[in-house]
Amino acid sequence: MDITVNILLTIATAATPLLIAAIGELVVERSGVLNLGVEGMMIMGAVGGFGAGYLTGSPWIGLLAAIIVGALFSLLFAVMTLSLATNQVATGLSLTLLGLGLSGMIGTSFVGQPGVRLPNLDIPGLSSIPVVGKLIFGQDPVFYISIALTAAVMWFLFKTRTGLTLRSIGDSHTSAHALGIKVIRYRYLAVMFGGACAGLAGGHLSLVYTPQWVENMSAGRGWIALALVVFASWRPWRVLAGAYIFGAVWIGQLHAQAFGIPVPSQFLSSLPYLATIVVLVLISRNKRLTMMNTPASLGQPFVPDR
Amino acid sequence: MRIELVKRPQRSALFSMLSPFIAFALTIIAGAIMFALLGVNPLNAFEIYFVEPISQVWQLHELAIKAAPLILIAVGLSVCYKANIWNIGAEGQFIFGAIFGSIIPVLFPQFEGPLVIPLMLLLGMVGGAFYASIPALLKTRFSTNEILTSLMLVYVAQLFLDWLVRGPWRDPQGHGFPQTIQFGDSAVLPELMPDAGRANWGFVFALVAAVLIWLMMSRMLKGFEVRVLGSSPRAGRFAGFGFNKMVFFTFLLSGALAGLAGISEVSGAIGQLQPVISPGYGFTAIIVAFLGRLNPLGIVAAGLVLALTYLGGEAVQSALGISDKVARVFQGMLLFFVLGCDTLIHYRIRLIGMALTKANGTAKLEAAPKLEEAR
Repeated sequence: MDITVNILLTIATAATPLLIAAIGELVVERSGVLNLGVEGMMIMGAVGGFGAGYLTGSPWIGLLAAIIVGALFSLLFAVMTLSLATNQVATGLSLTLLGLGLSGMIGTSFVGQPGVRLPNLDIPGLSSIPVVGKLIFGQDPVFYISIALTAAVMWFLFKTRTGLTLRSIGDSHTSAHALGIKVIRYRYLAVMFGGACAGLAGGHLSLVYTPQWVENMSAGRGWIALALVVFASWRPWRVLAGAYIFGAVWIGQLHAQAFGIPVPSQFLSSLPYLATIVVLVLISRNKRLTMMNTPASLGQPFVPDR
Repeated sequence: MRIELVKRPQRSALFSMLSPFIAFALTIIAGAIMFALLGVNPLNAFEIYFVEPISQVWQLHELAIKAAPLILIAVGLSVCYKANIWNIGAEGQFIFGAIFGSIIPVLFPQFEGPLVIPLMLLLGMVGGAFYASIPALLKTRFSTNEILTSLMLVYVAQLFLDWLVRGPWRDPQGHGFPQTIQFGDSAVLPELMPDAGRANWGFVFALVAAVLIWLMMSRMLKGFEVRVLGSSPRAGRFAGFGFNKMVFFTFLLSGALAGLAGISEVSGAIGQLQPVISPGYGFTAIIVAFLGRLNPLGIVAAGLVLALTYLGGEAVQSALGISDKVARVFQGMLLFFVLGCDTLIHYRIRLIGMALTKANGTAKLEAAPKLEEAR
């Protein structure tokens, strides 16, 4: 029983950064912007979070710094694609490349330093209930943030007027603009929300998952988060499900390696990436489903004319 | 302050030519600020970064070694991107080219003679093209997003190479180091001028590929097809150009060139397979492609510039103790500025708000919103 609980806990920890980054990107893409820089924003959040936590000794300040760094870094993308109408694919790629380089440079002095870890929630009494106590009341704070965030985004996108406006921009920016909606302003906010989420996800990596700084520690999670959004056909609750499936794959291959299964470790390590490809194929085979849910102006630059 | 874009009636030829240079200048300025923040005299750092690494003949050879894979990969990618098809997994195709090409020297070391190198190069191209055919197949058959699949395959390729050199292909006499046997003499790509430096035939392949692709894009029907499908898929359909065929064509071409780069690098510069055979050439080549304005001849120049950022990164690391990641930062900034400057080709940029307040003083501040409404 204890083993099962522990495995479930580690799956939740592995799924949390994927979930947060994907939920952020979902909002961005719902507004019609494709930001391929998730990996870069995530790694910047990770290094910023680790650095601030390490220098101040407070993991909470670290977490806050991760969010701010992620949002600021995404602003770079926003200015380029929204104000200067650059190609979103290329700009997103360059954000990732710049983030990987910059984080490596900033993080040189952090390599091998002991980090600080966000403490798990511990409610006296409740957390010690067998089985469910640890699962529901004993996880790290970011886990609860990720669940709340998913619920909040679901409510925002489908139950509020602003959410409806945001989705309408994603479906047709020209019509939205004609109705007098400030397309660019909405998109700026959406992109920065996505950046903050990616930063938070990175902060989770360097402050909870493995409380240290390792170069390229995001290890493709930003890209998997992007794939999750497609997999979820732009629905928040499906992102939640997808993130936990991927968390399970990630943890499953680690456990398989630890148990000494007679398969080379490299093959097990490549499972999350292969799984991403497989689910993408499965989901994109169903053309109607994809066509119906893809924001229609996704990835197209918009220059308001007057 | 707000930025407003005003569409030019036609693309500006002036900025089309100038934009890479403006971007480079902006990168230098941003780089100077970065060096100053790191506590280094920018002028001194720039001399070490951009001048010293190419001040002697043997160093120019090193530059050519670094530039060769970048140019080879980037000319292939430029065709993809012109067609609006996004292969960003060149790093994986590079690795698979290296693996396929190494089959001969690793598994059949007794096979020698002048045929070895051409066969290796051919196998390298096949390997790269094979690996690129996976995202192409998934895109055409299941309309799966090629950006994500080609990128995921990079991680898979890196792990596969890691397994090969630690497992079945490891040199039994290598004292347990994760590497294959040293390639035999006839499996090593010859140097161009052995007396002057290490540059090998890989650089010649790069130049030839650039010229051939340039001819194809500007003089042949295939190039026209690529450009039409890229700028207007609908028009392409009416003209009878097949989109799926184009996906395969661009992926196989760019994969083969990346594979050729991979085997040339391993056979020329490294001489054996190791767990890591590329400092991110496949990704840096994306920057090279855009800096070269997706024009094969521009890409040759851009490849040399980006190769210099690698050498400069190594130089400042040994001379000033700054992390060689500084090279990655330079490359990333360069791509950002290039993309930003390209906006100038199609748009005039107007700053609204700041210009008004500065020019007219505070009295006109209230008038500014009205002005905008009136427009």
